[in-house]
Amino acid sequence: MKKLLILGAGTAGTMMANRLRKKLSADQWTIAIVDQYPKHYYQPGFLFMPFGIYSEKDVIKPKRKFIPLGVEYIEAEINRIEAERNRVLLRSGEQLDYDLLIIATGVKTAPDQTEGLLGSDWRKRVFDFYTFEGASALHNALRDWNGGRLVVHVSEMPIKCPVAPLEFAFLADWWLTKRGLRNTAEIVYVTPLSGAFTKPIASKVLGHLLDKKRIKVVTDFNIGRVDNEQHKIVSWDDKEVDYDLLVTVPTNMGDAAIERSGLGDELNLVATHRRTLQSKQHQNIFVLGDATDLPSSKAGSVAHFQSGGLAENILHYVNGEPLEPQFDGHANCFIESGYGKAFLLDFNYDLQPVPGKYPLPFIGPFTLLRETRLNHLGKMAFKWVYWNLLLKSVPTPGIAHQMSCVGKNIPVEALQAA
Amino acid sequence: MTQKQVARVTIDVDDEGYMTNHAQWNRDVAAALAKEQGIELADAHWKVLDFIDKDFKERSVVPGMRRMNKIGGIPTKDLYSLFPDGPIKKAAKIAGYPKPVSCV
Repeated sequence: MKKLLILGAGTAGTMMANRLRKKLSADQWTIAIVDQYPKHYYQPGFLFMPFGIYSEKDVIKPKRKFIPLGVEYIEAEINRIEAERNRVLLRSGEQLDYDLLIIATGVKTAPDQTEGLLGSDWRKRVFDFYTFEGASALHNALRDWNGGRLVVHVSEMPIKCPVAPLEFAFLADWWLTKRGLRNTAEIVYVTPLSGAFTKPIASKVLGHLLDKKRIKVVTDFNIGRVDNEQHKIVSWDDKEVDYDLLVTVPTNMGDAAIERSGLGDELNLVATHRRTLQSKQHQNIFVLGDATDLPSSKAGSVAHFQSGGLAENILHYVNGEPLEPQFDGHANCFIESGYGKAFLLDFNYDLQPVPGKYPLPFIGPFTLLRETRLNHLGKMAFKWVYWNLLLKSVPTPGIAHQMSCVGKNIPVEALQAA
Repeated sequence: MTQKQVARVTIDVDDEGYMTNHAQWNRDVAAALAKEQGIELADAHWKVLDFIDKDFKERSVVPGMRRMNKIGGIPTKDLYSLFPDGPIKKAAKIAGYPKPVSCV
């Protein structure tokens, strides 16, 4: 019997377990999946928790529930991967040998990477919403908040779901307006990048939203430290932004086990071939989801689009056939903009977000790069799709893993400038 | 897409002046682009630019601050003194690479 081992039972690892158990012969391959945490979080739902739209029951289910029969679920902490010896050592001392390894250990927030972030203001005036605990604590804080200066901040790139902090700012504008607090509150969006929007076409289409929603933007801000006494964030070049309430996205880092294994870069991300998802260092290791060092977005949709092609490439690999360039960087995401409306984006390595229809060319029903109510309903319906179809890799007709240019209005400059 | 003439070379640039065809880049072009930003390139600048060049060729991404520190061995304070205000985007522009971006 040959052994396939999957590290991480989050979105990416769970989808691979489901896809590969159907494709790999049970007579020839055992599949095991390792994860130390018992709860599966629907992470897109964290955005809605601070505003009381979602609560615990919407975003948590047991991980085991999504692992198919015929896959061994091992709840344990990984010590390290010994890639030269084709084995994984667990914290317990147990060792797991493998013929083929899939790394899907994701990324998580690392607030300790910023000086002062875990200081006396943490979870009092300073919050994150990228963890269940953070989103819950922020919900309580917002309920008692009477206005002032709300600073929404991104520490450094890359982060999971790069549009989430902008969505947070949009929803905060709506929420404060509904509560009659918008005129006593200021919203400031602080980014290390050169703008809230950085892709030319999206900037043109979406740039006015920030003015319309009275969100002030501070760009090129690389955080050096949080000053808890004076309630301000300070950049490396001594720019300062005061806050009454700071909602920050801390540095996102890959799992510490990747670092212990000597397989990670400066953020513990694994060097990965951009089209095949094979590890650059070891042929019998494949990597998907947030754990890769690829320039594709860190998002569940990306893991989903990667998983289809990766399953096929893994079959090629076990049959001794050449790998195919399956992954094109395809991502899509809804941008919730408040007032029951949302935008939708669909893009890949080569094409930046452009207007059009999705998933069916010219029909939709969703409209790309435009604010519609239907896009918002799509975003809300996605929770059901995620729990019931995506994780179990039930086929979703009409949604291809490679991006389609049909039905998109592609300006000439879009392809080159992506 | 526009073209401009620097250091006797015609280069393609986007709306913000970032080069869109790296094949047109050379060290004289870099020096000219730096001058436009008020920077006279010295060895310390070239250490940064060479690291960006090497890293981009490997990973197709302009390295971030943390990568410049940890892998490139260039402290953040130095980056700010060499390329004031927005060191990564300024250095990327001079190195002939795109502006660091997010997905939207």
